[in-house]
Amino acid sequence: MNVAILKLLGQRLCMALLSLLAVSVVVFAITSVLPGDAAQEQLGQDATPEALTALRAQMGLDIPAPTRYMHWLGGIVRGDLGTSSTTQMPVSELVASRLPNSLLLAAVTTLFSVPIALAFGIASAMWKGSWFDRIASAGSVAVVSVPEFLVATLAVLIFAVKLHWLPALSYATDIESLGQMLKAFAMPVFSLCCVIVALMMRMTRAAVIDQLEAPYIEMVSLKGASPMRTVLVHALPNAVGPIANAIALSLSYLLGGVIIIETIFNYPGIAKLMVDGVSQRDMPLVQSCAMIFCVGYLVLVTLADVCGILANPRLRHR
Amino acid sequence: MKTNTSHPTLTPAAASVDTSNTNNASVLTTFLRWLGGFGWSGLIGLAILLFWIAAALFGSSMLTRTLVPDSNVQIFGAISHAHWLGTDYLGRDMFIRVIDGASYTVGVAFVATLLASGLGTMLALFAAASGRWIDSVLSRSLDTITSIPSKMFALIMVAGFGSSVTMLIATASIIYVPGAYRIARSMAININALDYVTVARLRGEGTLYVMRREILPNIAGPMLADLGLRFVYIVLLLAGLSFLGLGVQPPAADWGSLVRENIGSLASASAAVIAPALAIASLTIAVNLVIDNLPGRARRERGVK
Repeated sequence: MNVAILKLLGQRLCMALLSLLAVSVVVFAITSVLPGDAAQEQLGQDATPEALTALRAQMGLDIPAPTRYMHWLGGIVRGDLGTSSTTQMPVSELVASRLPNSLLLAAVTTLFSVPIALAFGIASAMWKGSWFDRIASAGSVAVVSVPEFLVATLAVLIFAVKLHWLPALSYATDIESLGQMLKAFAMPVFSLCCVIVALMMRMTRAAVIDQLEAPYIEMVSLKGASPMRTVLVHALPNAVGPIANAIALSLSYLLGGVIIIETIFNYPGIAKLMVDGVSQRDMPLVQSCAMIFCVGYLVLVTLADVCGILANPRLRHR
Repeated sequence: MKTNTSHPTLTPAAASVDTSNTNNASVLTTFLRWLGGFGWSGLIGLAILLFWIAAALFGSSMLTRTLVPDSNVQIFGAISHAHWLGTDYLGRDMFIRVIDGASYTVGVAFVATLLASGLGTMLALFAAASGRWIDSVLSRSLDTITSIPSKMFALIMVAGFGSSVTMLIATASIIYVPGAYRIARSMAININALDYVTVARLRGEGTLYVMRREILPNIAGPMLADLGLRFVYIVLLLAGLSFLGLGVQPPAADWGSLVRENIGSLASASAAVIAPALAIASLTIAVNLVIDNLPGRARRERGVK
């Protein structure tokens, strides 16, 4: 650790905080300023002016937008997420009941997908051009270029409908034993893993191949090192930064994929909560969920950046 | 300073125009040779893509309307001679539904792609041609959109403005402008630093001229390949939104909504849910195949690296 690295890291963190602030402005503007008068919409065209004024005052719309934004942001920072407009429950309670489920899903997916993706990515980089590499690459292109719900649908068709191994829908509410938990998790985790592994594998493969084409690897093989030793001892340590970067970036993709997967499997997570909020136009709920997702996304993207900086030896020994 | 250096592409272009005027047969051979450059997988992709474009343009007018079945309504009917892809959850013919859906999936995504790429390219040209201050303001503000996950942004937009076709086009193009901008900008900046652009500026040409005549022709090719990729992203995003019930609203239906409507038949593995899902996959994979096999692409990439 030296000053240059600390300075770079500090810069990245400040950038992340600034973009989070900008994101909060965008979210607030789209959900509660740009669509127009929410009170008018709720009461319809032929509402009396008195009723409109009363509702506006009740919804807090008589305050100018910048003040409302500051108030909203202050609430979020303090952990007060407002009240859901459909259920009249505090949003923080709703979120707290769902967030652990989503985090568990993400953790289990990460646990399975990272080792598989790394193994596949490194193997196909080592045997570049072989049948293994070709099949793995074609498969990952196919998975990445079809919608997530197709992957999930096919998984249900194969494992639940044809083979009867697993239940088609997942309910995390009636879990009593470990076996039931595994069964409930299997389909959503499998579908998410397919997509994430495909993404991560491609990036890992590219990172390792990038190293293998460097001149020092030619030198190593001229010295007579075995291919295994060349990759594991010489190329991999140099590819750790790009690979960590790839892992963080692929995991940030989880945040988008989980929206579809939670809906298709009826999984009681926070993404499902948000989709329901959007279809009922429950703005406080949507705003809070959107901010939670954006924070998660920015954390992962910044983490990817930080890994890249820390792993760069040119910065470490300056 | 010689003037002909600023138009390096003029001669070959003029030559090809000449031959096309004089000899139709040679145009055909040139076209066939260009087509041959695609290779087998590229040609298959091109065929599938052309099929779906034709379906989107003429499909609904060419099919005879037997959408509502005559007497014996069969829900989730099997594939038969009368119903090529079976029937849906209301007993409507699935083949007609899929062909009708093509105009939404392909059409909406195509318009949104053109908007996103066009706007992104224009902004990038403007940023590259007009100096550091405008460049960094534009780049920073577009970066803000990138730091919201694309599906999340779409959900927020739908929550705020509801969902109509115009809204979907606007949402998809806003989400993918920054990507197009970033790619176009990185190329435009490089070209902006080349000598012939400096020469044009010294000649006294304005920013608009430099953008349009000096930079644009040189980044048009790669931007077209990028357009294809962006089309795939937008198709996937819109299909995902429709699948959540937040995209194209009933009674109109794109392929994503068709999967959603008929998801109940998943347990019986009916064609009603598999056909539209495979239609999306065939479209996106076809576009990918075409882009990967564009004639001269391999040569270009080697040239870049």
